[in-house]
Amino acid sequence: MLINEFLILGAVLFCIGVYGVIVRKNAVLVLMSIELILNSVNINLMAFSLRRGDVAGQTFALYVIAVAAAEVGIGLALVLLIYRNRRSIALDELSQMKG
Amino acid sequence: MLAVLAATTQDINIAQQIGFGIIALTMVVAAIRVVTSNNVFHAALWLIMVLGGAAAQYLMLAGEFVAIAQVLVYIGAVMVLFLFGAMLTRSSIRGEQGLNNKNWALGIPVALLLGGTLIYALIDTFRDERLPSPAAGSQSIQAVSDSIFGQYLLPFWALSFVLLVAVIGAIVLARKD
Repeated sequence: MLINEFLILGAVLFCIGVYGVIVRKNAVLVLMSIELILNSVNINLMAFSLRRGDVAGQTFALYVIAVAAAEVGIGLALVLLIYRNRRSIALDELSQMKG
Repeated sequence: MLAVLAATTQDINIAQQIGFGIIALTMVVAAIRVVTSNNVFHAALWLIMVLGGAAAQYLMLAGEFVAIAQVLVYIGAVMVLFLFGAMLTRSSIRGEQGLNNKNWALGIPVALLLGGTLIYALIDTFRDERLPSPAAGSQSIQAVSDSIFGQYLLPFWALSFVLLVAVIGAIVLARKD
């Protein structure tokens, strides 16, 4: 296998995730796009782990998975709180903190 | 990329290539559906396909334990959270308008430019470098556990606090007073 196949797959998924973060207004969908980005990073970490013959990449991939789980838990709690207060999770309506 | 593939095809595992191609194509199509679907639930189900494909890629990269953790944590736990989040915010199960920003078209050139730059840089850097084939019967899981509980014990320890704080924070944020 060429290493570039995995790296380009990761790059493509990363760009799709960035597109989702830019385009989406619904907060749950933005969190899903962030999951795409984190997964593309994991694919890169695994590919470089095999390339170097070192399991440090797999260790970091596991840590990224754990951080992503924490991020989704907190993120969805915030989204539910916003929904409860405003009856909407459209991100472009959240402008109270604008100076 | 294809020219490189054709030039080096004689000592490449064809079955592995075909498997990679099918899984990668499925992942990319599913990822595009995640960011273009008009239905939050459909986007969540497409995301499961991306995450499952990623687990398959980890298996091809000799990361058995990471693949299992991916299935357990992402497909098992995170997707349930997403579906709960979609239901608790009353997303319509029949799809809805207004999931995208007004000037959503700006995202296309940004993504294409970023993707083009990344892919150009990757092809220019690695060209036709091979991955070593994983050693047969390698002690991957043992090596990972040695790595986690040896050299990278401190990040592991910090991570357990991150998870603890996340659990407490999620409860504090989401409960009704």
